[in-house]
Amino acid sequence: MTYVSKPEIHHPLLKVNEIGLNRRNYEGSVSTLCAGCGHDSVSAAIVQACSELSIPPHRFLKISGIGCSSKTPSYFLGNSHGFNSVHGRMPSVATGANLANRDMYCVGVSGDGDSASIGLGQFAHIVRRKINMLYIVDNNGTYGLTKGQFSATNDLGSTSKKGAPTLYSPIDMVSIALQIGAGFVARSFSGDKRQLVPLIKAGIMHKGFAFIDVISPCVLFNNHAGSTKSYDYVREHTEHVIDADVVLPHEEITVDYEPGTSESVNMPDGSRLHLNKLSNDYDPFDRVKALSHVQEAQERGEVVTGLLYVSRDPHDCHEILDTTDIPLNALEESVLCPGAGKLADLNQSFR
Amino acid sequence: MTTYNDFVIRFANVNGSGSASANGMFAKALFRMGIPVATRNIFPSNIQGLPTWFEVRASEKGYLGRREGVDIMVAMNAETYEEDLASIVPGGFLLHDNSQGGDRRLNRKDINDLGIPLSKLVQSEFEDPKQRQLFKNIVYLGALSALLNIDFEIITGMVSAQYKGKDDLIQPNITAMEIGRSYAHDYMDSPLPIQARASEGVGNRILIDGNAAAALGAIYGGATICAWYPITPSTSMAEAFEQHASRLRVDPDTKRKNYAVIQAEDELAAMGIVIGAGWNGARAFTATSGPGLSLMTEFLGLAYFAEIPAVLFDIQRAGPSTGMPTRTQQADLLSAAYASHGDTRHPLLFPASPKECFDFAASSLDLADRLQTPIIVLSDLELGMNDNLSEPFTWDDERCYDRGKVLSRESLEEISEFGRYLDIDGDGIGYRTLPGTHPTKGAFFTRGTSRDEYAVYTESPEAYTANMDRLLKKWDTAKTIVPTPEIVNGDAQAGIIYFGTTAMPMDEALDRLSDDGIHLDTMRLRAFPFGEAVEAFIDQHEILFVAEQNRDAQMRTLLVNELEIDPARFISILYYGGFSISADTIHEQILAYYTDHNLPRLKEVQS
Ligand SMILES: Cc1ncc(C[n+]2csc(CCOP(=O)(O)OP(=O)(O)O)c2C)c(N)n1
Ligand code: SF4
Ligand SMILES: [Mg+2]
Repeated sequence: MTYVSKPEIHHPLLKVNEIGLNRRNYEGSVSTLCAGCGHDSVSAAIVQACSELSIPPHRFLKISGIGCSSKTPSYFLGNSHGFNSVHGRMPSVATGANLANRDMYCVGVSGDGDSASIGLGQFAHIVRRKINMLYIVDNNGTYGLTKGQFSATNDLGSTSKKGAPTLYSPIDMVSIALQIGAGFVARSFSGDKRQLVPLIKAGIMHKGFAFIDVISPCVLFNNHAGSTKSYDYVREHTEHVIDADVVLPHEEITVDYEPGTSESVNMPDGSRLHLNKLSNDYDPFDRVKALSHVQEAQERGEVVTGLLYVSRDPHDCHEILDTTDIPLNALEESVLCPGAGKLADLNQSFR
Repeated sequence: MTTYNDFVIRFANVNGSGSASANGMFAKALFRMGIPVATRNIFPSNIQGLPTWFEVRASEKGYLGRREGVDIMVAMNAETYEEDLASIVPGGFLLHDNSQGGDRRLNRKDINDLGIPLSKLVQSEFEDPKQRQLFKNIVYLGALSALLNIDFEIITGMVSAQYKGKDDLIQPNITAMEIGRSYAHDYMDSPLPIQARASEGVGNRILIDGNAAAALGAIYGGATICAWYPITPSTSMAEAFEQHASRLRVDPDTKRKNYAVIQAEDELAAMGIVIGAGWNGARAFTATSGPGLSLMTEFLGLAYFAEIPAVLFDIQRAGPSTGMPTRTQQADLLSAAYASHGDTRHPLLFPASPKECFDFAASSLDLADRLQTPIIVLSDLELGMNDNLSEPFTWDDERCYDRGKVLSRESLEEISEFGRYLDIDGDGIGYRTLPGTHPTKGAFFTRGTSRDEYAVYTESPEAYTANMDRLLKKWDTAKTIVPTPEIVNGDAQAGIIYFGTTAMPMDEALDRLSDDGIHLDTMRLRAFPFGEAVEAFIDQHEILFVAEQNRDAQMRTLLVNELEIDPARFISILYYGGFSISADTIHEQILAYYTDHNLPRLKEVQS
């Protein structure tokens, strides 16, 4: 027997998680997006979050619509099934996938064009249905893939690359999600990994529908002075409200954030969501106040980031429908088919 | 001379007046006497106030298609009175409310007056104005039982069953029925020369609407997810699925559901849900009609190219939402067959009876899994929403679902490489994997066609062409496994091709043609794409009629296009007025063709 000593692990990417996987195991294929695109940072944050959660990569579903943002599921979780579906219709595909197998974790990635324009209807309804998933919008205020048209999330008066101002009022996805009753609503910035990674982790662990609006600048079409979705604008106009971290049941509580009070929420699997208040007057459990806080900030031209709302009593669609614990796609034929004997009775009832 | 079990009765009512239940009981009573019946609801796109008709055809011979001309008209709607009067055949009967007195036959002295003072009768018996309105229907039901000699106990039995547990409703209903019955006995020439009598005609058949049958088939076929958006005439299928499932698909111990029904926000979402579920390995379906099919076409394209099982029931109606949404047609054929962008084609199934709705609902789920593609079942309002006589449903407990080519964790362990779109078996169908099956093997990224056989992104023209060619090979495989046509071949020179509900009046039309010396072989198409049997039938016949219910002869187009046949070979028999095609229409058009072209008829040849 020979003994080969394992190479020493230096690189943080190669640090193994609790199930013996390193971050590489959570990566996907090489990105084909523009260098510096905010969306790539979001993908990197997803990789880190999933790895830190120690969930086996193949237990994830990745679903997206159409757009640069919707391409990104290729670039993370290479050992998971992904579905780059139809423009604006990711919510319905995710709904079907989740109904088919309630045991899978589901990450949906969409764009602001995908979710706030063509897919606004489906977005509203997936919020209502409380599908158990993390829904991320890579919000760059433009249609990247079709080369820089305005999207509906653009603030009134902000300008395109060529200087033309937006003529119509903006749609704020966060406000819509809050208004319709999403159980978990957050906003972050692709350039703020420290805030984004814990939010993604918390969103994945949340039972029901978790939404994160990630401002994710498009370096090609929306990173200029007149844009309110540029790196510079967002860095200068951000107000942090709440930071979050998920503490897995078996993990030591090691979170140590900036001063301020902190709160913990029990998650369905026994883990705890640890919240850290940065702004003293902010209560993340109050949906109505969250809504006005977001809108007041918007009036001031500020972007509130962090965990804006989390429900103390989250529900998901399977609970609402009262479906069985066994994934529907795994039910045996003997359970699904009532059989010939029953059919004879049924025939009789039609006589 | 008295005729038995051969009449058409039409009830002309006002929508929302509560006539549906009385009329339904009338039809069911004939059915329970063993008489073959067909029912037809002719209703407006409206909830209350507009005219609605309910037609029952009783036919000892089992002719269940629509027949022109009404033998007995129950004229309860003043607004349509003249039109209703005109539709009665000479010598027919007019039952109406004569509380105002007088003969109301107007210019139709060739028909018989059956006036009953319905309003007066209910007025003296019932206090509540709502009851008075409702029981008018029950009074005429009672009168009809006497006039047509219907077994009264069958009807009273139905009332008791219908209001089981609500005993206070049973007695007033029976009283109302007796009032009508005694009035007919005492003051009218009962029974009429048109009568019902017990028959063996029904045999062991059942009476059910096609949508409920399809819903039950979907349960038996293992569908666990139904996503839909309300649209007439498909709504009742989704509702029936939920109803059946709530009884047949609940875990006996936990009482929790082994199914999920989502009323989606629109048809796009309904189709998206079905595709998401199919991609993730659950059997799923949606039910819609023409406008919904239009909205689903983008998703249908994606599912075709990404090769995802899905089942769609299109319960066809006539055209747009402000077309004639409550009338029947077979006019979505081409839009279903070639739905979507790019080179797409979808297998279609054409049920012609509730039994076939049941069978095709179950087998469409197998076909979708086997072929990894959307399957569209084309029913229509005539079949879907009316109670139709049908062979009883059957199920073989030995039958196993065909889940198609899905790799398990074990088989993934065994194979050296996995390529989602590799054509390993030469039938154009690759092996798929479901999410979550294996930690390191078999995961792939689903997208349209910008990928190679290993599901790796590429925009290479060679990869695209190869993939499109493989999809054609899969199409050829589909030809060999979809339901084969039902062919009756008697070596006639001419044949008739038809599908779906055009079958309903076909026997009657063929019998009439045969009386005229015209004998036709028949081919009832049951699926698209067309297999060898379809081509053979066409080859064997010199004269070919194609009967269908749309203006543009869509099935003819499909045959011409897919089989590359000279269009001149097909003679179209068309009806597109919104009712179901009648034996009269088929008979007249074919007869006219024979006459116009001086074609020999058997009788003439013999003479
Ligand atoms: C039905 C349909 N209409 C239009 C398009 C063209 N299209 C592709 S991506 C896109 C916009 C994407 O914008 P967004 O969702 O913001 O994604 P981004 O590229 O900015 O990340 C559009 C309009 C399409 N693919 N499908
Ligand atoms: S166009 Fe914009 S959104 Fe698209 S990849 Fe480039 S930077 Fe990103
Ligand atoms: Mg965008």
